[in-house]
Amino acid sequence: MSLRRLLAIARKEALQLSRDSRSMALAFAMPLLLLAIFGYAISWDIRDIRTAVWDQDLSADSRELLDAFRASGYFSFVTTVSSAAEVRRLLDRAEVRLVLVVPPAFAEDLGAGRTAAVQALVDGSDANTATIVLAYARAVVQEHSSKLRVAGETVRPPLTADARVWYNEELESKNMIVPGLVAVIMMIIGAMLTSLTIAREWERGTMEQLAATPVTRLEVVLGKLLPYVVIGMTDVAVISLAGIFLFDVPFRGNPILLAILSFFFLLGAAGLGVFLSAAARSQLLATQMAMMATYLPALLLSGFMFAISVMPKPLQLVTYLVPARYFLVVTRGIFLKGVGVEVLRTEGLLMIAFAVAGVTLAVHEFRKEIG
Amino acid sequence: MTKGGLRRVGVLVRKEFLQLARDPRLRRVLFLVPIIQLIVFGYAVSTDIRHSATFVVDFDGTAEARRLVEVLESSGYFDVVGRSRRPADLVRALDHGDAVLGVVIPTGYADDLSRREATVQLLVDGTNSNVATVVLGYAERIVNGHGIAAAGAGVAPPIELRDRAWFNPDLDSRDYNVPAVVGVLILVICFMLTALAIVREREIGTLEQLMVSPLTPLELVMGKAIPFALIGLFDLVVVTGIAVLWFRVPFAGSPLLLLGSSLLFLLSGLGLGLFVSTVTRTQQEAFMASYLLFFPMILLSGFMFPVSSMPALFRWISLANPLRHFLEIVRGIFLKGVGLAELWPQHVALAVLGVCLLAVAAARFEKRVG
Repeated sequence: MSLRRLLAIARKEALQLSRDSRSMALAFAMPLLLLAIFGYAISWDIRDIRTAVWDQDLSADSRELLDAFRASGYFSFVTTVSSAAEVRRLLDRAEVRLVLVVPPAFAEDLGAGRTAAVQALVDGSDANTATIVLAYARAVVQEHSSKLRVAGETVRPPLTADARVWYNEELESKNMIVPGLVAVIMMIIGAMLTSLTIAREWERGTMEQLAATPVTRLEVVLGKLLPYVVIGMTDVAVISLAGIFLFDVPFRGNPILLAILSFFFLLGAAGLGVFLSAAARSQLLATQMAMMATYLPALLLSGFMFAISVMPKPLQLVTYLVPARYFLVVTRGIFLKGVGVEVLRTEGLLMIAFAVAGVTLAVHEFRKEIG
Repeated sequence: MTKGGLRRVGVLVRKEFLQLARDPRLRRVLFLVPIIQLIVFGYAVSTDIRHSATFVVDFDGTAEARRLVEVLESSGYFDVVGRSRRPADLVRALDHGDAVLGVVIPTGYADDLSRREATVQLLVDGTNSNVATVVLGYAERIVNGHGIAAAGAGVAPPIELRDRAWFNPDLDSRDYNVPAVVGVLILVICFMLTALAIVREREIGTLEQLMVSPLTPLELVMGKAIPFALIGLFDLVVVTGIAVLWFRVPFAGSPLLLLGSSLLFLLSGLGLGLFVSTVTRTQQEAFMASYLLFFPMILLSGFMFPVSSMPALFRWISLANPLRHFLEIVRGIFLKGVGLAELWPQHVALAVLGVCLLAVAAARFEKRVG
């Protein structure tokens, strides 16, 4: 293997890439676009839940309870209702997500030492949000309930849970999304962009020229990978820095370990892309295959947005084949948990195996023979 | 349109279908993508978090402490994956991701419980904020409930929350996600395929042949659009059928209204596809361009992330997203069974967006072709 020939191929690929505006757009605009959308626009954090109140009791006790809801910061009272038809109308039109109903005997029950009930009607069509809304409501009621004095005594529940959240103390979804985004974006850069490289040579007829040069298969493959690995590493750095400084995502681990493991993951993804490119010999087919084989699984089956533990068993087995799944353990581990090699040993070895497998597949599939 | 024009459009539609039937790649896109999406959103995306891996550190070691762990386990929400008396083991389990929840039962727990002032510590792995919120909710509820049951009468909480979920009593996230796949699929099919089909003619150079044929630009656009509209409607029927028959998603509303609003939505999809075909030269470019448009549209539609959680600016932006309006319609029809009386604003928005997009794209197309 000659380093000079390898670098010559890399230089040619980088030049070609820098003149291809749409690939460059995909390489740099896409990560920023994704970061902006995931960082600023969307989240699963539920605040300001639009709530309607139907206070049938209108007592000091019921007002205190409703104040506790308001003070929690999660609920924003948008309207009061006074009939079941209004409740129906508001939920049908999705104008509110939650309706709190305080029944007429609320204060009376409380005063008599009976358990007073509050009703929470939640729009269940978005089950995810509804589950979280109900969890908040329950917490407010419990908290308020424990402060109440019944017959001059506070009624402390016999057993309380002292809950603490680790790694992501405020339970913010951006802390889970940004480290995951590193993995998804690397799949886009690594596999989708490289899936064009060899197929382009075939489509444009420059494969004959490449075949006529003295470069070996390994030199071609590594030379073609190199510019994309550089772009990918730049993207990792940009996203990580933006995540840390713009979005206040904690970074508790070792940046060098992240860089090393990212490099191997990127090498594997890029190798996979070149493999698909060499196998498909058509840019359109290769990108579509790359999307099906790398990008969609990384997005949907890696645990990036949807927890793997929640999936049914057969699908869980499929996720073991998704390299991004392991890389996600690495990024979240380093960003949020601050763990090192001692915990990430298995994942690290898998990243190296992925890199070796990706490059081997690419070299194996890439042929210089024409016809 | 004249009778001759109608016949010419018919011939072009037939040609498109023939071409489609002979292109195995397009067939794959048409059938594989819907199936993958349905599987993932039908099976993978769920908020019903059961069997969370739980690690127990029991300093007390009494029968009372064991009973609490049994109650957690028998709820079905928690599976104990490890027990220890050393806190370091719990830290290791959370660091490795082997456990999501840690339960620490302090020394003297049984005595405290008999005096009605016991506390147990719950440690949750917050890396997945969604899972953590739900797991914590379940654990706190079970622990508190167990305390009340164990202490006997006279300690009922002063206030109790009785919750009821409307439209989806079991809080099954499948019911919410599967109908939305309908909207996303129609968009993929109409938008991406229309763009690819027109750009392909340009790339292969057969667009010139179509130009010298007696087809007017309007007839050309219609002939290109109708096949994909028909396929989109076919997919609508298939996906709705699978959703209702296989995934048992309730369908409370009117099928006719769903068909009507899908037609309105198709206008936007075709308009976007036509637009992309006027700004790109190759199928590759068309694919990338539609992808760059398509991804933000899905993310900002409320498909996976609720629109109500977005900041105000993005909520406004999402008003210009036809997919957002269509998803509100689809979910309303499937889950709530509401009709035009409730959904008219979304229909008006879809019609306005569709006509505008189609008009802009058609004007650009005529200019480029003419």
